[in-house]
Amino acid sequence: MPLRIIVLAKQVPDTKNVTGEVMKPDGTLNRNALAAIFNPEDLNALEMGLELKERYGGEVIVITMGPPRAAEILKDSLCRGADRVILLSDRRFAASDTLATSYTIAQAIQTHLMPYDMVLCGRQAIDGDTAQVGPQVAEKLGISQATFADKVLEIDGGRVRIRRDLGRAQETVEARLPVLLTVPKSANSPRWPNARLLLKNRRARSGFEIEAEAKRQGRTVDQVVEGLQKKGLFIETWGAEDIAADLARIGISGSPTKVKKVESVVLAGRNLKLYSADDSGVRDLVTELVEERTFG
Amino acid sequence: MAQHGEVWVYAEVDDGRIADVSLELLGKGRELAGILGVQLGAVVLSSDAKALAVRLFAHGADIVYAAEDARLARYTTIPYARVLTDAIRERKPEIVLYGATPLGRDLAPRVASALKTGLTADCTDLQIGSYESAGRLYQQKLMQIRPAWGGNIIATIVSPDVLPEMATVREGVMHVPEPVEGRQGVLVEIPVALDSECDFVTLLERHTQPRRVDLRSANIIVSGGYGMGSKQGFALIHELAEVLGAAVGGSRAAVDAGFVHADHQVGQTGTTVRPKLYVACGISGAVQHRAGMEESAKILAINRDREAPIFQIAHYGIVGDVREVLPRLIKALKGKL
Repeated sequence: MPLRIIVLAKQVPDTKNVTGEVMKPDGTLNRNALAAIFNPEDLNALEMGLELKERYGGEVIVITMGPPRAAEILKDSLCRGADRVILLSDRRFAASDTLATSYTIAQAIQTHLMPYDMVLCGRQAIDGDTAQVGPQVAEKLGISQATFADKVLEIDGGRVRIRRDLGRAQETVEARLPVLLTVPKSANSPRWPNARLLLKNRRARSGFEIEAEAKRQGRTVDQVVEGLQKKGLFIETWGAEDIAADLARIGISGSPTKVKKVESVVLAGRNLKLYSADDSGVRDLVTELVEERTFG
Repeated sequence: MAQHGEVWVYAEVDDGRIADVSLELLGKGRELAGILGVQLGAVVLSSDAKALAVRLFAHGADIVYAAEDARLARYTTIPYARVLTDAIRERKPEIVLYGATPLGRDLAPRVASALKTGLTADCTDLQIGSYESAGRLYQQKLMQIRPAWGGNIIATIVSPDVLPEMATVREGVMHVPEPVEGRQGVLVEIPVALDSECDFVTLLERHTQPRRVDLRSANIIVSGGYGMGSKQGFALIHELAEVLGAAVGGSRAAVDAGFVHADHQVGQTGTTVRPKLYVACGISGAVQHRAGMEESAKILAINRDREAPIFQIAHYGIVGDVREVLPRLIKALKGKL
């Protein structure tokens, strides 16, 4: 049975390199000042999708929501073997919290991508670490979910058997399709972009890049889109109207949570008592610890 | 003053017992309910829910909302989310808190989505405070405080216009107050309305492994980092721990290098601890590690690098090579203890 698999991916700031300068005065992150990467566990979700397609046939569709530059991870997805990629991008989507984000993604799926068999996403994104969008998309789609799903054991007769790795516990569950899985990094090792696909997809363009492309080529926008579509190089680009979004439920107006303030972590600087590393220093330390009843 | 709804804690059941994090949340919930002048409710879903109420009362719940049904014997997402969502719609609590466990992080977003309300993940502190936006002042709102961007920043999140205000809270960061045995409360049974959605997901098998180490209840923890050099070098950590009757911890770098099993990991992705004494050996003190241990009552740091961030939060320190200092410390302790 060929599967339609939808993978949710996010471009994230590389949080290992956050410094004070990348914070804007209003406390939000200046994403442009940070390297932007494919959220690591979303790559595990994509890999799971590609492996399932290899096992059962079908197609892998990758969706991301973000600024125009998020098309980078969609090009990357094409080079790893995705069949179709979609960029959800609109100024009015900006500042979405997890509730507004999940509404927007679910709305895109319900307006354009029905019917589907599975939705896969990374366990969590490294910028917010919330792990909320996956379950919230599942709720909005009215389908079941299995979080921490590290193996798909078998798909048969509209049901799927899944192994969940919960750290201290492992579960095997059976779910009815369609189902949403969140995928941890222990699931697999994501493949690298394929050289042949890299060559082919370097000409892939999103809706935001078409106008410049048309000007460059001296053709109309429609001609350029048609040409790209024929070669499978057009990154479908959808805004609020394309997905018939309720404007009250997207972006900042659809986001119940607000950031009141953001502080950089500052080390307190305690009254450190230093002891020398020799025998007498160590003995003094032990005496002090005993006198202070630190040992209980 | 505006009327507030109750403060609720979702009481997670782990192998037939109330999970520690839920008891931690009852402690915090009592404090929040006291400030708001409302009652503290605990919601428990289980095939054996009513029997668990005694413990919830002892830990501070005024009301226990119990959903007891054979179909709730094991956690599965949709039935649990449905029963809890129905209870929240019916009773309209002001605040609902969940442990940021695998279960809590599976359940809470589903409930938040159904209720179209806000949810803040993995909080490390909760307070009641005010929030001002567009000239409007919101008073007595839940301040949801959490680290973000790899622990480099601390954000305060509010959900000013929606109810309930909901958050998941990291395990181990809040104190469990002493239970008051025999404390009484009101037990309220809540309805379980489930239909065909019960069989969306079936649990076929579940295996659990006991933790190799119980870091959370240890009074003293001796923790080693990458600076221990090797698995053999890490043996000094075990030796010192034995002399002190302490539990063995490790930094992520030590775990990644294979010096010690992942169950021993202290920090943001490991266990959060607050022992009476935390001995950090060859640990530089990256923000992710500090997030898991800086609430320790006393911290002793032993590290070669005087500039290592661990010394900024330590109470006692020795600048030196752990492989030389630890044998001296072990010897001196054997003489004193």
